[in-house]
Amino acid sequence: MEYKLPFKEYDKALRKNKLMGLQCRDCGKVTCPPTMACSGCGGTNLDVRQLTGAGKVVTFSTCYVAARGHEAELPYTVVLIELDEGPWIMGNLIDIDPRKVTMDVIGKRATLSYKVFPRDEFSAGDAARPAFCILR
Amino acid sequence: MRRVAVIGTGHSKFMFNSEKTSTEMMAETALDALREANVQPKDVQAFFLGNAWGDFEEGQATLQTYIANEIGCFNIPATRVEGACSSGTMAAREAFVWITSGLYDIVLVGGVERATTLPVPLATRVFATCADSRYEYPLGFIYPASFGMLCHLYSKTHGIPLPRLKEMMAGVSVQSHEYAMKNPYAQIQKPLTKEDVLNSPMIATPLQLHDCCPFTDGAAAIVLAAEDIAKKLVEKPVYIAGVGQASAGRISSQADYYPRIRARELSSQQAYKMAGLTPQDIDVCELHDCFSIAAIIAAECLGFFEFGTAGAAWEKGATRADGKIPINISGGLKAKGHPVGATGVGQICEITYQLRGQLAEQGRQVEGAKYGITDTMGADGVVTNVILAAQ
Repeated sequence: MEYKLPFKEYDKALRKNKLMGLQCRDCGKVTCPPTMACSGCGGTNLDVRQLTGAGKVVTFSTCYVAARGHEAELPYTVVLIELDEGPWIMGNLIDIDPRKVTMDVIGKRATLSYKVFPRDEFSAGDAARPAFCILR
Repeated sequence: MRRVAVIGTGHSKFMFNSEKTSTEMMAETALDALREANVQPKDVQAFFLGNAWGDFEEGQATLQTYIANEIGCFNIPATRVEGACSSGTMAAREAFVWITSGLYDIVLVGGVERATTLPVPLATRVFATCADSRYEYPLGFIYPASFGMLCHLYSKTHGIPLPRLKEMMAGVSVQSHEYAMKNPYAQIQKPLTKEDVLNSPMIATPLQLHDCCPFTDGAAAIVLAAEDIAKKLVEKPVYIAGVGQASAGRISSQADYYPRIRARELSSQQAYKMAGLTPQDIDVCELHDCFSIAAIIAAECLGFFEFGTAGAAWEKGATRADGKIPINISGGLKAKGHPVGATGVGQICEITYQLRGQLAEQGRQVEGAKYGITDTMGADGVVTNVILAAQ
């Protein structure tokens, strides 16, 4: 059975600022980032659809240490966003001083942008990654 | 289903910068375990090894086959089990399952890691290979940030102001250091105060250095045997009463449960059910405190405290050796250390010592302990639990 929304397609769209996901025809649940089976019912009756990329901050952490290859970005903030269509997605928080991100950010509206991870010796190529801006 | 017992244990000192190789550490503890079990290497029918990152640490994959032959268990089936920080407990569960099946009677379980060969930024990278490599690692994912996110969400979900929660978390680290000072196998044997924790360098908000366990080298081994054989070999077998294991998808896929860890609830429920026990029956617990907040969440998911209350329970002494549910009386991952593949096997050794009643001299025996549980969580939600019984 063919993978409906492979990483390559998802990645290509994200580099155009488009967030792609899957919607289940059986239970209606939206899955993003993609998986083979619906994250709700486990079925495979899925349609690829574009999501708005808008949502709200669920939680965050600002990193003061990094894995090898990410040191130049320090400090940086990692967030979980609840998308308006339901699923959570992990990303960076940008357009804000990472040192000043506090729990006040939780619940704030945020919108999608992206950055590219260039690759390192343990990764299978470069990858677009979601980066979110708080809506003011 | 026939019963399975722990009949021998071996445990290295957990440390920074071991001069011994993984093979050497594992071989020493394996032979200690075989000797304690009154078992010869030729009697061992299979070997299961928990090891997460030998490939990176020493450029050595397939450690299991070399170790088996190194210790005189020539040509037996040797299997490496990898589930990040849960690898060792998973290896023990595999051995348990094969003995209950009747295929084997005597099996050796080991766990080893030599994480401090890696410089810290590389170690951080290697540990983060357990995150979703396409959808979550590229944004700079590190495990301290993963638990930092859990911590902020826990504070929000349970309405505990962050400064208050951080005080409770500091108490978890302080208790672990206190018990590690009594444990000769522990990596860090120095006192720690709440102020030390709250003044330590920030790692990933809101987690500071002393909210985090160290990188560790170490090994541990156990010998498991079917009940009839165990009784012939040793005076005091400790029985495996129940096991559980569950998995989870990438962190963002756990939206319906966070900050609860669904895999932990499912895994521990399997173990309780198999053992015919409830959390109230457990006398002592070793759980996966990779971060201080992780200990609080684990204690709740294992059923010892209501959600949102475990931090306060630590403060009130409920988790001390004489408390309602003694937790991490070894010093836990925070201070006993966290040699990833060895951690779960080391926990089973520790609970075995508690159930045999052999820790009074060290001043950390849980009086009259009959049942104990171990708990490890690897990666984003690879959870394995083992319940042990004194009889």
